[in-house]
Amino acid sequence: MPDTHFYRYDDYDRALVGERVAQFRDQVRRRLAGELTEEQFKPLRLTNGLYLQLHAYMLRIAIPYGTLSSRQLRQLAAIARKYDRGYGHFTTRQNLQLHWIRLEDAPDAIAMLAEVDMHSIQTSGNCVRNTTADHFAGAAIDEIEDPRVWCEIVRQWSTLHPEFSFLPRKFKIAITGSPNDRAAVRVHDIGLRLWKNACDEVGFEVIVGGGLGRTPMIGKTIREFLPKDELLAYLEATLRVYNRYGRRDNLFKARIKILVHEIGAERMREEVEAEYAAMRDSALKLSPETVEAIARQFAPPVLRPRRTRVPEVEAMKLENRAFALWLKSNVAPHRVPGHAIVTASLKPAGAPPGDASSAQMEGVADIADAWSHGEIRVSHEQNLVLPHVAIESLPEVYRALEKLGFAEANVGKITDIIACPGLDYCALANARSIPVAQRISNHFAELARQHDIGDLKIKISGCINACGHHHVGHIGILGVDKNGVELYQLSLGGDVDFGKTALGTILGPAVESDKVVEAVEAMVATYLGARRPGERFVDTYRRIGAQPFKERVYGNS
Amino acid sequence: MEIPSEQPIDQGPMLVLDNAEDVTRLGDRLAGVKLIVLNFPKFTDGRAYSQARLLRERMGYTGELRAAGQVYIDQIPFMLRCGFDSFASAQKGFAEALAKARTLFSVVYQPTGDGRTTVNQLRLQHRRSAAA
Repeated sequence: MPDTHFYRYDDYDRALVGERVAQFRDQVRRRLAGELTEEQFKPLRLTNGLYLQLHAYMLRIAIPYGTLSSRQLRQLAAIARKYDRGYGHFTTRQNLQLHWIRLEDAPDAIAMLAEVDMHSIQTSGNCVRNTTADHFAGAAIDEIEDPRVWCEIVRQWSTLHPEFSFLPRKFKIAITGSPNDRAAVRVHDIGLRLWKNACDEVGFEVIVGGGLGRTPMIGKTIREFLPKDELLAYLEATLRVYNRYGRRDNLFKARIKILVHEIGAERMREEVEAEYAAMRDSALKLSPETVEAIARQFAPPVLRPRRTRVPEVEAMKLENRAFALWLKSNVAPHRVPGHAIVTASLKPAGAPPGDASSAQMEGVADIADAWSHGEIRVSHEQNLVLPHVAIESLPEVYRALEKLGFAEANVGKITDIIACPGLDYCALANARSIPVAQRISNHFAELARQHDIGDLKIKISGCINACGHHHVGHIGILGVDKNGVELYQLSLGGDVDFGKTALGTILGPAVESDKVVEAVEAMVATYLGARRPGERFVDTYRRIGAQPFKERVYGNS
Repeated sequence: MEIPSEQPIDQGPMLVLDNAEDVTRLGDRLAGVKLIVLNFPKFTDGRAYSQARLLRERMGYTGELRAAGQVYIDQIPFMLRCGFDSFASAQKGFAEALAKARTLFSVVYQPTGDGRTTVNQLRLQHRRSAAA
């Protein structure tokens, strides 16, 4: 694949993924022949990304560090068309899910992934999952170092790791290279934050034991500064401590956050450091040549500084109100003058959050080829990002996205909702998520009002497993089942951005599905009535507390 | 498989260990041991993989290391890499699978005690020979 600005597989990577496809094909054959029981087959299919859901198998495809080439996105579209129903669902962990896969077809679908140097390895199961990163990596103005270099190093190390393929529970790692954390590193099993110390050296802060789910916890820092070349030794030490001591008696207490909580962060630090002391300076230490060879492949495209003030853009801003709003919410500064980072909203009014049809994926791939150096990112907020767009191209990019239905000027606004697939697809869910998101989205569709309301993140989960990250939504909505009725618990004050990680607080009794929009409207009205200039919804909430919101939602009685 | 703990067998003394045992504290108990049996009470319980690597790579154990309990075909590549060299499995086709398991994956990313050259080491050799 010529002209990509991120890691390309070499013959070794390609050999491994090919051999994995062959292994999986044989496993499926043995399952269909009855040589493997479902119990035996389940962990095998899970570690190849294949879930059994309510209606069909779901294939979860890894998009490492959320970075895709246009060619890869076109192939995903082709796979969705050939083996699914012509659409896919981008998730909060920078994966793509296809929800209608036949078991017999899964090996062929995975083989098609391998053709474009992609895989679905370890996107499920009790192993190290796809490592996620800042979706603005390599383009962000505030970046210290591109975190994707380290994500790729972790991807290789974790792929088919012989010791850590049967952990107590799943294990998620996220890496950020910016002080403004866009990768939610404090709510991962391990979060890594690149920072520069007083000696001007860049290393990792290692945060362990964060997570959402039924027991939300904010991760604890067990290492302030880790030299970068010791990353794998430190990860291996941490995983070994977890593999040996993590609880296996209770599925709901098996994540590393429970271990950290039960033994305490200090004891966890001691255990990991002791293990690390025995591993440092071993074969796990990364040689400068190894790191440089990978880093070289992430060299950004050569962008020459361009005009930052473009008359055509200024003119269109005056003529087209939606475009002006789009510039404000969906366009972020780029490190090279005259360029911008564009977020394509996968949340047009009333649409299921994160869904894209094959035709839409191909459309985004075309836009990336024409105006963003053939590169696309997937954000944990379930949107697609065009990381390298010249400001002078913004009108054309806007019009092209508009044709696809992805130009909604709502990024970071009340309709930029994160939602899990919920009871419409998922066997674990207690309640539906997508229809609730759609109703809120329709209710608040008017863009000018959304921009007046400002930054407000709604996150919806259909069950306590919290795939929709409701704990860290400014407004969190959790579907619960009460005697066969779908009810929704509301929480306020969660946050995950810019290092201000906070968990939301439950507002009061759960409400019925048809009352959710009314409740959100009441919360918004409370904010609008009380806000001070410059305050976001969550800032006002922090200042005035839950009571005024509670009164408005539930009445004074 | 039922083997009584710490009973001598014909090739020398053996140890049968629970998977919660801290193998780094075995100390003198390892002296003269020729066979260690590690247990997989469920195949999804992966603690014995860590035990195996610690025995091989930290404790310097060179005798036979046997996997017992729920030992299935698809775990073999992982087990070999962690240092197991014998397997108590009743699964049909296990012997054939074992014969093929060493070549199922031609490349490995992780350095373990099994002596296989990792991808990064191969890349370094390749780069250095290209530069020479």
